[in-house]
Amino acid sequence: MRQPTPELIRARPVPRPSLWLWAGIVLVLVAMLVHGLLTNPNYRWDVVAQHLLDPRIISGLGWTLLLTVGAMALGITLAVTTAIMRMGTNPILRGVAWAYIWFFRGTPVYTQLVFWGLLPVLYPRLSLGIPFGPEWLEFSTQDVINAGVAAVLGLGLNEGAYLSEIVRSGLNSVDKGQWEAATALGMRRGTTLRRIVIPQAMRVIVPPTGNETISMLKTTSLVLAVPFSLELTFVTNAIGNKNFLPVPLLIVAAIYYLVVTSILMVGQHHLEAYYGRGFDTDQTTGGGGRPPKGMSKRQQAILAAGTVHADPNLEVTP
Amino acid sequence: MTAMVQAKGVHKFFGDLHVLKGVDLTVGRGEVCVILGPSGSGKSTLIRCINELEQISAGRMFVDGELMGLREVGGRLHRLNDQEIARQRAKIGMVFQRFNLFPHMTALENVMEAPRQVRRVPRADAERVARDQLARVGLSDRADHYPAQLSGGQQQRVAIARALAMEPELMLFDEPTSALDPELVGEVLGVMQELAASGMTMIVVTHEVGFAREVADQVVFMDDGVVVERGTPGKVIDAPQQQRTRDFFAKVL
Repeated sequence: MRQPTPELIRARPVPRPSLWLWAGIVLVLVAMLVHGLLTNPNYRWDVVAQHLLDPRIISGLGWTLLLTVGAMALGITLAVTTAIMRMGTNPILRGVAWAYIWFFRGTPVYTQLVFWGLLPVLYPRLSLGIPFGPEWLEFSTQDVINAGVAAVLGLGLNEGAYLSEIVRSGLNSVDKGQWEAATALGMRRGTTLRRIVIPQAMRVIVPPTGNETISMLKTTSLVLAVPFSLELTFVTNAIGNKNFLPVPLLIVAAIYYLVVTSILMVGQHHLEAYYGRGFDTDQTTGGGGRPPKGMSKRQQAILAAGTVHADPNLEVTP
Repeated sequence: MTAMVQAKGVHKFFGDLHVLKGVDLTVGRGEVCVILGPSGSGKSTLIRCINELEQISAGRMFVDGELMGLREVGGRLHRLNDQEIARQRAKIGMVFQRFNLFPHMTALENVMEAPRQVRRVPRADAERVARDQLARVGLSDRADHYPAQLSGGQQQRVAIARALAMEPELMLFDEPTSALDPELVGEVLGVMQELAASGMTMIVVTHEVGFAREVADQVVFMDDGVVVERGTPGKVIDAPQQQRTRDFFAKVL
């Protein structure tokens, strides 16, 4: 037997005159901005167009990306390692991790980059051996730590200290019951971390790490302190200063940073969706009624599952 | 034949808080032991001491004749390492009040996880065992659902299947129905009753007196960190000897 279809409600929405008012205001402001950008000859859009595909600038973009990827890879590795060390049972390792975070978060990244650049002056030769004892391997610092390596080391070590706190709050956000369930099943600490805790902590870790990656993309411009002179900001500045046309070259750099950031945002969205699996579901049980507006489905599901608690210390932006 | 679980003079302190004050308990093979008692009486702490989720402060705990968490060498006690304790725990299944399913894994993956990671069972075998266990708790059609897509009763049945997949010799239930809506309690108790009928040794902390009366071989009444009274359900629930036991059942029945 078929149920009679109920007459669906088709009502006019509440009128929102303020919407039209704001649309008008924004439209006028945008028009003023565009007008200014197009008609002011000082922007020199011809120079922008001319340099947009300049091979030196494309190569600079490549170096910027390489530095970002290298520094983030080093940073994430250090962050996960030190976060696990800080949560562990070994007081020596806990102390080491704490000291690392204390030092690298406590000094400016610019100073650290200068230091790494000066390393070959401080220690002309590096060797492997026993302190005060025999040395087995020796090489020139200059050969091993060139400007590129120094830049990645400087950025990565600094980033690792910040990310470590993000990873730690992510690990702490996973419900104690998850540890207990895995432990009761006979899983060991390492297995529990790898299979149960870290995958859930990723939901909390990924968004701020995406934020850190976007921030790193632009922090790479500081490597002129090393000095490393091949990345995007340095190259565009150099060309701009040589032409006495800094503004169009700044626009070129800004365009590339915006494009890469946009791509990173898309990647972050997909990562978040992946680690939200098991939480992104419309069929979550319990709690009827409409959830508050502006709260993502993921957030609602996390709250519904109740395995993750909000950590007030989570915001660790530099 | 040795008892499955034997607690001898077990004490537990949390800092200054004396939670277990010399508990003796013997549970035989195939026996169903239900622990009843008011909140804060130490029931949950006691079963958490059996699989070493909590370390006992004094006394000895034996499971299947094996001293838990410790080794006695030449009259001195040594703590077992992480790996040895994990091996002891692997043969004891545990079901929690709040299910504690792994939310990022489907029901099937939840059940497969421990056999795969702890016992290194090949994937195909683990999956076959997992599907059998899900069928046993009546959830074959929910294998590919995530925990958040299941009702509380279904989640708890998956949790039971997850523990059973390790082929435990002993099952611990820590208030398995306390977090459930009343209409979902029956399906979980039903699964537990079938498990008891299959000969599994079970220790159940619960407030379900009806379940205790029907299924238990031994009922233990605890209050204030000690065992006040123990015996058959008929004896402890219906004809208690101690005043404290009488007061408790007068309130809950």
